[in-house]
Amino acid sequence: MACIRESPTPVTPPPSPGVCKHKGVYSFSTDPTDTVNTHSTPTLDELDRKIIVATQQGLPLVPQPYHQVALEVDATAQEVMERFQAMLECGIIRRIGAVPNHYTLGFRGNGMSVWDVPDEKVLHHGKAIGALDFVSHAYQRPRYLPEWRYNLFAMVHGKDRIEVMEKVKTIADMLGTDDRAHQVLFSTRILKKTGLRI
Amino acid sequence: MDETDRAIINELQIGFPVCDRPYRTIAEQIGTTEEDLISRLEIMLEQRQLTRFGPMFHAERLGGGLSLCAMRIPDSEYEWVTNQVNSFQEVAHNYARDHEFNMWFVLATETRERIDEVLKLIEAATGYRVYNMPKQQEFFVGLKFEV
Repeated sequence: MACIRESPTPVTPPPSPGVCKHKGVYSFSTDPTDTVNTHSTPTLDELDRKIIVATQQGLPLVPQPYHQVALEVDATAQEVMERFQAMLECGIIRRIGAVPNHYTLGFRGNGMSVWDVPDEKVLHHGKAIGALDFVSHAYQRPRYLPEWRYNLFAMVHGKDRIEVMEKVKTIADMLGTDDRAHQVLFSTRILKKTGLRI
Repeated sequence: MDETDRAIINELQIGFPVCDRPYRTIAEQIGTTEEDLISRLEIMLEQRQLTRFGPMFHAERLGGGLSLCAMRIPDSEYEWVTNQVNSFQEVAHNYARDHEFNMWFVLATETRERIDEVLKLIEAATGYRVYNMPKQQEFFVGLKFEV
C-alpha cells in the first residue's frame, strides 16, 4: 500500500464488502465548520472495535505498527490498514498523529477566552480565530441569558498569562465592534483528569 | 529538544501515514532514520512533551456523547460539590476556573442520550444547576503549535 498522508484516498484495490460500510451510512464533510450533530451513528463491527481498543492508548512504536496491531486483533495488516483508511475517511478517526503537551513545551499560560459575538457572525469569526497559531480549539457553544452571554470559545496558549492576555487583545482587535464582550477564564486547579473512555 | 525533535512534533501534528513502514516515510521527510524517529518518539512520550501519539478518535462519531459543562458553586460548598461531581465516572476532566462559573468539566458518555441523564443526576446530587454547553460548531485547523 502506498504511503498516503492526510486526505486519504480510497484504498486500492476496491474495498471488499463490509470494509467501507461506514461510508454511505452518512457522508462526512471535511469542512472544518461542519456541525457535529447532523450525523447518525456509524455502525462499527467487531474488528473496528478491536482496532479502536488496541490503539486507544496509542500506535505501537515499532517499524510496522499496523502489522503489530493486526497481530493483536487477529487480522491481516492489509485489513487493519483498510479499516484505518475507512475510519479516517468517515471521520471516526480525525487524524493519526501526535498531540504536543503545551505545558511542557513552554506554553505555561492557557486561558479559555469566551466571546459574545453576533450569532450571524460566529461562523466568520470562529474560522478566523480557529486559524490563529496560538489558538488550539475554537467552538460555538450555547448562551444562557442572562447569566452567560458568550457564544464563542477559544483556548489561547502563551508562555505565561501576560502573553495570553496580549493574544486575547489581538483577537479583540480582530473582532472590532463584533466583540460585544469577552472574558478569559484561567484554570486555577485540576480537580479531575482521566483519559476519555470509549 | 533539538531541531529534529521540533521537526517531528510539527510534522506529526499534520498526520501520520497508513502504510507498511510509516515511520520510515516520516523519517525520510525530516532527514533521519526510522530507528531514530521511533526512539525520539519514545523519549518525548516518556518526558511528556507529547501527551499522545496515535489515532484521534471522534467520540461523537463513535456514537458517544461529549459535552462541556459549567457550574457556579459558592466557595464554602466547593469541596463537597467537587467530590460529588468527580464521583461520576462520566466526568472525564474537571477544572476550577477563576470566574463566577467556577467549575468546568467534560462529560463523556457511551450514548448521547446519557448526557442529559448524568446532568440531571449531578444536579440532584449537588442541588446546583449544571449549564450544558455542548459544541454547536467546531472551528478546527490541522496544524497547531509550531515549535
